[in-house]
Amino acid sequence: MAQNQIKNVELELKIYRRRVLVAGLFVLLLTGILVARYAFLQVEMHDQFRTQANENRILTEPIAPSRGLIRARDGELIARSRPSYTLSIVPERVNDIDATIDTLSQWVTISEGQRRRFFRRVGERRRPFSPVIIRFELSEAEIARVAVQRHHLEGVEVAAHSVRDYPFRGLFAHSLGYVGRINERELAQLNAERYAGTLGIGKTGIEKTWEDELMGYPGQQEVEVNARGRALRTLEARPPTVGNELILTLDLAVQQTAFEALEGRRGSVVAIDVNSGEVLALVSTPAFDPNLFVTGISHENYRLLVEDLDSPMFNRAIQARYPPGSTVKPQIGLAGLHYNLVNPNQEIDDHGYFTLPNDDHRYRDWKPEGHGKVNFFDAMAQSCDTYYYLLAYEMGIDRYSSFLAGFGFGELTGIDLPQERRGILPSRQWKRDYRGRAWYPGDTINVGIGQGFFLATPLQLAHATATVASRGKRYRPHLVKTVLGDNSRAIEPELINEVEVADNDWDDLHTAMHDVVHSLRGTARGLSRNSSYELAGKSGTAQVVGIAQDAEYDSEELSERLRDHALFVAFAPYENPQIAVAVIVENGEGGSTVAGPVAKQVMDSWLLDDSGQLKQEFQ
Amino acid sequence: MRDFSRQSKTSFESASSWLGRLHIDLPLLLLLLTLTSLGVAVLYSASDQSMATVKRQLTFFAIAYGAMFIVAQFKQETLMRLALPAWIFGVFLLILVEFIGVGAKGAQRWLDLPGLPQFQPSEIMKLALPIALGTWLQNRQLPPSFKDLAVAAAIIFVPVLLIATQPDLGTSILIAASGLIVILVAGISWKLVFFCIGSLIAAGPVFWIFLLKDYQKTRILTLLDPEADRYGAGWNIIQSKIAIGSGGIDGKGYLSGTQSQLDFLPESHTDFIIAVFAEEWGLTGVLALLTLYLLIIARGLWIGLNAQETFGRMVAAAVTLTFFVYVFVNMGMVSGLLPVVGVPLPLVSQGGTSIVTLMAGFGLLMSISTEKKRLWY
Repeated sequence: MAQNQIKNVELELKIYRRRVLVAGLFVLLLTGILVARYAFLQVEMHDQFRTQANENRILTEPIAPSRGLIRARDGELIARSRPSYTLSIVPERVNDIDATIDTLSQWVTISEGQRRRFFRRVGERRRPFSPVIIRFELSEAEIARVAVQRHHLEGVEVAAHSVRDYPFRGLFAHSLGYVGRINERELAQLNAERYAGTLGIGKTGIEKTWEDELMGYPGQQEVEVNARGRALRTLEARPPTVGNELILTLDLAVQQTAFEALEGRRGSVVAIDVNSGEVLALVSTPAFDPNLFVTGISHENYRLLVEDLDSPMFNRAIQARYPPGSTVKPQIGLAGLHYNLVNPNQEIDDHGYFTLPNDDHRYRDWKPEGHGKVNFFDAMAQSCDTYYYLLAYEMGIDRYSSFLAGFGFGELTGIDLPQERRGILPSRQWKRDYRGRAWYPGDTINVGIGQGFFLATPLQLAHATATVASRGKRYRPHLVKTVLGDNSRAIEPELINEVEVADNDWDDLHTAMHDVVHSLRGTARGLSRNSSYELAGKSGTAQVVGIAQDAEYDSEELSERLRDHALFVAFAPYENPQIAVAVIVENGEGGSTVAGPVAKQVMDSWLLDDSGQLKQEFQ
Repeated sequence: MRDFSRQSKTSFESASSWLGRLHIDLPLLLLLLTLTSLGVAVLYSASDQSMATVKRQLTFFAIAYGAMFIVAQFKQETLMRLALPAWIFGVFLLILVEFIGVGAKGAQRWLDLPGLPQFQPSEIMKLALPIALGTWLQNRQLPPSFKDLAVAAAIIFVPVLLIATQPDLGTSILIAASGLIVILVAGISWKLVFFCIGSLIAAGPVFWIFLLKDYQKTRILTLLDPEADRYGAGWNIIQSKIAIGSGGIDGKGYLSGTQSQLDFLPESHTDFIIAVFAEEWGLTGVLALLTLYLLIIARGLWIGLNAQETFGRMVAAAVTLTFFVYVFVNMGMVSGLLPVVGVPLPLVSQGGTSIVTLMAGFGLLMSISTEKKRLWY
């Protein structure tokens, strides 16, 4: 037994040694496989994996440029930037978006609408792993609460954005327009690279027309992020290029004066530098606060704006078309002088109406008993309609249309604002094209006093008045005076055309418009009182026709809205014209008494110095 | 026989015979100290430089070295006497886990007994199984008879199946490996080995359809095509391959691995720690680490070859080769060679009781290596 065991031990050992040797070789073989595997990954595949590791950790982020500032003529900032804090979620880094929002709403107010809009934005086309904003305009308290909870909130980001701020609120609303959030339709047309990281885009006004200059160019930064997408440090950064700064032609004082003079009534004021086309004031009231739109307007606020009967969003200065009424008599009168249809000193006898030959329809003067004997100057000063019925009849519609076209009626002025409307300069062609009817002689008589089919915007009236003031030089109205930045330049006046009329005809017209204010029987003689300079002007009233007869208006409201519009155009100083102004007060009735004083105040604010005297440079 | 014992008297041992009296195998101790020091350094980097993690690990190493020292003092006779009760006790605890075990993610692996810290009974089995097998074969004629093999198979597969159904595939593989290694070095005929391997392969589809759970299938499928579920099941393996590959030959430098430091690599301080090491130390570091592991394994096998008795030889081979299985399975799964099973990188990954078990295993090796000296005193 013992013998046997000893033999066995030796056999056992022999087997054991052999087996351990085999196991050892097997260990070496498997180790060789491991070495081969690691060498394959670390040598053969190294470049690929190094790239992937960098793609993991390096995130290239756009840095949005800050939008160019906008200043009024005198340097006052009227559109600037302010920081706004947003709360975003990176959907790719969140397991359960709904649960995350629920958690967030413990610390931050998130309305149903905001939640809904967030999910809509998540569904829109966007870069993967880009944050989607759920709340704008976080309050200090909300920022603090989120910051405290930050480590619980994977994929949630609070970021500062620079957003537009309009310190003068409604004052420049209709010229500046506003910046609003980029919507999906805009996104589809934009240069995605340039707008990466930018939230807003100019929606209307100068913000829209000058978008390309104001926008600037984005920079880029490479940031190192961890697996949860939290940025740890910036590796490399190329700073953005700030958008160009715009200095406007609008003068803060003139704009403010015009705005306040309208006293919140429905109306508009446009003031233009007659020697350059620079727009000194462009007002439409009532106005709205453009700041409401900057980070997205709430449904409630938007409803209030849209449903307001006074249409504060409507830019009356360039979009409202009014019958110009007597305010186009200067241009019609000038046509009469130019075509030698009238001798300015020759009188006609006005009995209060005009009739066409073989027609007993009476075209009535605003003064039922008539003005009696009036010459060109009297007719202008007293706004005699009969004189102009006769003149229009003698001129005929073709000469009328072609002459008034020289003042820009019926076409866009080309101001640097979007959505300008062109108004209507009546002509045979226009009536055929748009009404499908032939021109009747009676049509000519109506347009002789700026009624009938004639429609013009306040801007067109100011523009046409400026052209009269500058003796025919028609400059394109514009709102930007200087661009500062990578392409700094002054915007030069652009002469569109020149109305060729003899000097003495201009003299007679200017005298006649001067008489409107400065003669004893002038309709606007009240404006000459206490004036330290002489001015020329023309009043007008426009009948309100075809207002929507909505049954829901209460009767008092309705009757107020059926009153005539009050209009006034003017330029000054008479001897050395500098500024042309057009004023319209809707349903204001008295052209001279309601619109005239507004025009006078606007001109005062531009022409007078602090002591109430005409400024040196305008004498 | 005599030649052999003389050869085992290395210069280390003769130079420091007092270590022999303490039953310390100096070469093994030095290798282990090197490995654990390196492991702590890697863990510091892999745990986002958490001193708390390092301190916890150092505490466990202190306990583990203590356990190793204590185990080394046991006579093999004592160990053999303890073998059967230990195995039965282990199986009892495993059955207990089936009923009152606690755990997470659908796996019941832990026992939470009053008055004791939470622990995994499978850890006990890691040592109890090879000891029990070694004891069983100690008094058998080798190569083992078919009847002996049947008993051995029961010793192995009762605990393995209990662990596999917890489920804890990683641990059951390691424990099965330790048992099978013993049978293999005991001299089981190659024919039988190949027959078993062949049957296993043939039974593969049966395993796939009836035994593997869905998440286990996912792991295997993920191995074949990690990109199929990039942000789900594939994420770990994709990120670990990026970490390893981006390390290149020289590595990115200690504490400078972007994959691990920026948290792209999940489980970076536990099962996937080799990816952190490979990223920061490069292929150079990987080769050095593998060399260190191979030296430990060589020393372990050497101890086995010089063991006086069957028991010592069996246990030494089991402990040493299982240690290699750890290394191979872990490094294989992290680099995308093998499916992801929960096997840590031994003595480097963060661990608790598993470190203690591993070091207690090395205590067994030391006990075997110094058994001759024990006879003299």
